[in-house]
Amino acid sequence: MDAPAGCTVTATGGELNMTSPALLEVRNLTKAFQCRLAVDNAGFTIAPGEFFSLLGPSGCGKTTLLRLIGGFTVADTGNIHIDGEDVTGRPPEKRPVNTVFQSYAIFPHLNVAENIAYGLRSEGIAAGEREKRVTEALHLISLSGYGRRRPHELSGGERQRVALARALVKRPKLLLLDEPLGALDKHLRESMQTELRQIQREVGIAFLFVTHDQEEALAMSDRIAVMQHGRILQVDYPKKLYERPNCLAVASFIGNMNFFAGHIIGREHDDLIVEIGPMGRARVPVSTGEHFPPGSQVVAAIRPEKFMISRDSPPGEPSLDARVLSAIFLGDRTQIKVAISEAAPVITITAPTTAQIPSAAEHIRIWCRTSDLLLLRNEAASPWTRDGWLPRKRTKPPCKQVTLSRE
Amino acid sequence: MRGGPHPVIRARTAQMRGTAAYAILYLLFLYAPVLLLPLFSFNDSVFVAFPLSGLTAKWYSAMAADDDMRIALFNSLKVGVAASIASTLLGLTIAQVLTRGIPGRRLITGFSNLPLFIPDIVLGISLLILMSRLAIPLSLATVILGHLALCLPFAAGVLLSRFEGFDLGLEEASRDLGENAWMTFFRVTLPLVAPGIAASLILTFVVSFDDFLIAFFLCGTDTTLPVYIWGELRFPDKLPNVLALGSTILVVSSILIVSAEWMRRRGAPSQLRGAN
Repeated sequence: MDAPAGCTVTATGGELNMTSPALLEVRNLTKAFQCRLAVDNAGFTIAPGEFFSLLGPSGCGKTTLLRLIGGFTVADTGNIHIDGEDVTGRPPEKRPVNTVFQSYAIFPHLNVAENIAYGLRSEGIAAGEREKRVTEALHLISLSGYGRRRPHELSGGERQRVALARALVKRPKLLLLDEPLGALDKHLRESMQTELRQIQREVGIAFLFVTHDQEEALAMSDRIAVMQHGRILQVDYPKKLYERPNCLAVASFIGNMNFFAGHIIGREHDDLIVEIGPMGRARVPVSTGEHFPPGSQVVAAIRPEKFMISRDSPPGEPSLDARVLSAIFLGDRTQIKVAISEAAPVITITAPTTAQIPSAAEHIRIWCRTSDLLLLRNEAASPWTRDGWLPRKRTKPPCKQVTLSRE
Repeated sequence: MRGGPHPVIRARTAQMRGTAAYAILYLLFLYAPVLLLPLFSFNDSVFVAFPLSGLTAKWYSAMAADDDMRIALFNSLKVGVAASIASTLLGLTIAQVLTRGIPGRRLITGFSNLPLFIPDIVLGISLLILMSRLAIPLSLATVILGHLALCLPFAAGVLLSRFEGFDLGLEEASRDLGENAWMTFFRVTLPLVAPGIAASLILTFVVSFDDFLIAFFLCGTDTTLPVYIWGELRFPDKLPNVLALGSTILVVSSILIVSAEWMRRRGAPSQLRGAN
């Protein structure tokens, strides 16, 4: 199967230093539902104590991947190792992981303390010890004294904490969290992000966190795996993911990005000579992208905040003359939309609010540093590169139907 | 300004009076004939006719003293208890299976409800033919088998509606927390569907207890209460006894049905959904 939008890489940077053995190792994991590959040859590792996120749009297979690791779904191929043990075929109750479900799945017929103690009975832990652990867990989630409450008396945020405590008292090696903050309102979500991260540091258990919210993932995670169409596109540290996306799909998914189609003319010393759509010819340091052979189709990507507005752009740096379409004040910054002509796609720029903001219909010159340009492979050339332009953001990726050959 | 309520409110009041009158007539039509039974059971005369000749409880004491009637009552209780337990267990199994989203689930649900629409007389005759073909002597055991067929759709219906709102995520959570499939059933599934099980037990018991036709075909010489009553109707002087018995059954059945419905509704499905 072709990777979407020219991504051929499964996992790159952000590899763990191999001095500590991986806590979770997923290899070649594949799961098909009827004719659709929900998880396609996924592989990654998580280190002990790490906060690891699976990030992707809804339907990208991240929840299926989580369920495979939790044991609720059986993989078609591939292996899951936890702490060196192969758990691939084991039922959920025999895996050293616990889950915080998206719906929380709090038992409605039990009170808070009984919910939290639920998993301790099967471990044969004495009643006194159970009680002690429940009290500790309630303290950890700042719900001391809530033990006798019934689930329907709790708010959404409180239920979420109870679900967390219920899983953590089991002292799992790895905690799986399936969009646990998805149902909370914005303010609560933000405070829970901080709290969740704090609890994770406190207990020292590795978290595998599933989310579709990139800001959440960037804010909380040690490392992030970006998924699309069942594939893991890139595994990396949040900063690197933002600054050095390894393919078009990741670049367009994480944050805002402007794209310009181009092709490689040749190489001179440490520079690539690139013809970039409306910007013309530019010398780009080889380090900004892979080394492309001359003639290869590429996409030059640049973040909105890397554009500068100035009448006199330094020579050698790519620049554009454009007309301002709109300038929107966003509080901490201003977002300016410009276009070089009526028909041309919109380019987005962000400027600090302290800067002088051009008004609509004004003609301005924008420029950027070649070192801020990111060269990405453009294999799926045609609809993207019409007129040397790329849409700023993909709305819906073309959905490929996959048939799994049963061998 | 004119006195009295606003014309819109006046029109609305008239409309509401009309609706109330209709509702009363409707309920009268439903319940008046049935209420004649208790009324005449306290009448001091063997003839069932107006005007009533006086108030008495003697038919009730006569009923209590009737040995044959007591035997028939115990037969009915035995059959009812056996049929309700067996049909509820089978209904629980089918509901468990059908909520797991197996293929053909709707077809199976449809077919499991179909016997509700088969006339009892058809069911009774077919069962009688079956028993005689298989050379099984008629007894309370054959009545129990017949009632199992009669009660199963009711049990499955009540339990399926209880399982409908059941969040399978709760079972997954239990497995995740270290309990195997059996312990999960006992610690999560069973407590949550318990009201449904109780409702099913009561409802199927009442269905079995009230059945005349199937028992009539299958009971042989071991009469159940409705079959016994049917036999007694040949003797006019026994009629008031039957009226007393009928009134008693009416009251007990009503209490049971109301409590079954109350149980079924208690903890509506919203409470089952992982308190979400």
